[in-house]
Amino acid sequence: MKDELRAPIAFTIMAILLAIVGFTQSWSVSLSVINLCIISSIMAIGVNLQWGYGGLFNAGVMGFTALGGLTAVLVSHDPIYEAWDKAGIGIVISAIIFVLSIIALLFVFRNIENKQIRNTLIILIIVFGLIGINNFYGPSIDIIESINPAKTGFLGGLGLPIIFSWLIAAVVAGLVAWVIGKITLRLRSDYLAIATLGISEIVIAVVKHEDWLSRGVKNVSGLDRPVPYEIELQQSDWFLNLVERINFSKLEATQSLSSRQDLLNDLVIDSSGIFVKLCYAGLFFSVLLLIFYLSQLALNSPWGRMLRAIRDNEEAASAMGKNIFSQHLQIFIIGSAIIGIAGAMLTTLDGQFTPGSYRPLRFTFIIWLMVIIGGSGNNLGSIFGGFFIWFIWIEAEPLSIGFMNMLASGLEYDNPLRMHLLGSAAHLRLFIMGLLLLLALRFMPKGVIPEKIQKK
Amino acid sequence: MENFEFINAMVLLANFVIVPALSYGSQLALATLSLTIIYGVLRFSNFAQADWMSFGTMATILFTWLFQSAGINAGILPTALLTLPFAIIVTALFCLLIDRSVYSFYRKQKSQPIVLMIVSVGVMFILQAVVRFIIGPNDRKFFDGEKYIVHALDFKNYFGLEEGLTIKSTQLITVIIALVAMISLFYFLQKTKLGKSMRAYSNNEDLALLSGINPEKIVIVTWIISSILITTAGVLYGLDKSFKPFTYFNLLLPMFAAAIVGGIGSPIGAVIGGYIIAFSEITLTYAYKKFFVYLLPESLEPSGLMQVLSTDYKFAISFIILVIVLIVRPTGIVRGKII
Repeated sequence: MKDELRAPIAFTIMAILLAIVGFTQSWSVSLSVINLCIISSIMAIGVNLQWGYGGLFNAGVMGFTALGGLTAVLVSHDPIYEAWDKAGIGIVISAIIFVLSIIALLFVFRNIENKQIRNTLIILIIVFGLIGINNFYGPSIDIIESINPAKTGFLGGLGLPIIFSWLIAAVVAGLVAWVIGKITLRLRSDYLAIATLGISEIVIAVVKHEDWLSRGVKNVSGLDRPVPYEIELQQSDWFLNLVERINFSKLEATQSLSSRQDLLNDLVIDSSGIFVKLCYAGLFFSVLLLIFYLSQLALNSPWGRMLRAIRDNEEAASAMGKNIFSQHLQIFIIGSAIIGIAGAMLTTLDGQFTPGSYRPLRFTFIIWLMVIIGGSGNNLGSIFGGFFIWFIWIEAEPLSIGFMNMLASGLEYDNPLRMHLLGSAAHLRLFIMGLLLLLALRFMPKGVIPEKIQKK
Repeated sequence: MENFEFINAMVLLANFVIVPALSYGSQLALATLSLTIIYGVLRFSNFAQADWMSFGTMATILFTWLFQSAGINAGILPTALLTLPFAIIVTALFCLLIDRSVYSFYRKQKSQPIVLMIVSVGVMFILQAVVRFIIGPNDRKFFDGEKYIVHALDFKNYFGLEEGLTIKSTQLITVIIALVAMISLFYFLQKTKLGKSMRAYSNNEDLALLSGINPEKIVIVTWIISSILITTAGVLYGLDKSFKPFTYFNLLLPMFAAAIVGGIGSPIGAVIGGYIIAFSEITLTYAYKKFFVYLLPESLEPSGLMQVLSTDYKFAISFIILVIVLIVRPTGIVRGKII
């Protein structure tokens, strides 16, 4: 197959698959899948920048996603004034002590040569920093968490529209990536993977257990939305008129006035759901397009060429005078920022932040699968991978239940083997994912839409 | 009475910190050894290693059920110790099957370590599916036999102390088996011809090939040793606590941390790293309040829990140590890379 044809064919197949879901299940389901597909594609582009352009294995995708989600909460939730009044100062003081200790540590680390003095100073700073923070921090979080614990029990956020959080999430994720990159990017590639895997676990541990910040496993729900609510739509005239006009022929066909009204009501409820999902899809799609456009621009710029040169031969690029570490740091920050945006978008779509739902399989390794199957180094491939793998991840469950039913069809209804097979159908999708990854690596290591090698 | 206070404090520390850390450390050390040997000989970070651990433990549990239903048991010892060799054989065979069908292709192509690492992520998915498919995702206890060697109540009564010391039989079994396994591994690597050729292969592949070492044989032996170590570690951990696939998967992080802290690729480093990680996890999350209440005069008694980090951050600790080691001494305590 010609390489130019791969992308159109792949995307056509994807569209057909989604249309099949639309016709057989419902358009509402199909749209929900599409929305998550778009978010997955954005994450995949972020990982692709790091892996495909830069050759960096970031196994901490989950952490940046969660940071994005946390940002969405902190930006959009209304501030809890009572908590700020009673204990905000304690939190601020501990934050200041924390920052000061870090600065002091860095200063000591850089400027004091004598090892003995340096080590003593470091230990002193850590001990006094911990004591200082504990003095203010412990009592304050007790107060914060005791204020209306069933509903809030945390500091709340800034009360800004949630759409701002997408941008701020990029900044937050980028900053964290800068810190992580500074520590780990000088190391060998698999150390980076292990370190990022661990750091992402730490991020999850923090959002799960620091209730004053994120309500922890009690979740934050009811975040505001960038799109209208279904109930508002159902009560507004222009929407009623629109639904009536679209379904004109269907409504005409009904005989009595009362059944016509019932039909209209049902249609309005259905379409309001679809309308909201379409709004999300429009928003997400524009973000995807923007990020895709910018990534393509970066890829084809001198900067992108330099990155690929570094990826393909570090020594040669280094001999040409390129600073490998700072280039790696840049791409690591940019990729993580994009993942952060996607994380904030995901929380926006869910309307809630659930720290307990972040699992490395779902948020790190599946994203990797998208990049590798789509074609590492090719942004279009990552978008396709995002759509395709997410589609399979969602549809694998009904399919595996069907498959298990087929396997067990000869058995009696209450046969224990049949029960066991049906009960473990959900685990089949892990198997499918693993098999897909292994098959792709073996038989299609360049992915569905391979990277274009540009020749003069 | 002053002396009694001191003894009470020490017993308290032994009961809640030293004994548990010693047994967890031994389990972690064995698991890390298997990880580091794969790294040293086959040259990649195996992300599937924690799931090999659940696979091996699952095989042991299935054999244990079989033995129990046939009425065979080991008396005061857990039945799992009898079935462990069978489970090791199954795990090793499955390891070799996966190696033949998956890893050997990339070895022949001389793929980069990072590619093999991604491949191991695929294997990880498949193993997780297999384990969950066969035994399910739930918690399983498979311990039988005599539970305690020293019971807290007996200890208190016998010595007339306020604090009791509990030693579970699994803890003693863990330490003994881990010691035996480590000593035999080091003997194998240092003294036998096969072990020496393994080290040679790990040190310099080309030179080893020139001196007539058969690489396929080395690969097979490596997988077998890795299966022995990882299955043993998993069974000991499961006997001590319980078996749950997700908990085992979470052990991947402390394993990697231990390997890197000790010096990845170095067996002695793996052992040191395992104990360091285990002791720091437990010492840093233990609340020392009672300990200081015994030791200090009443006026100085602490008001808080005297806990450095809450137990919620248990997993974070291994990584904080990892990050510190990466900054200060990236090669690990024992300079690694060769076994």
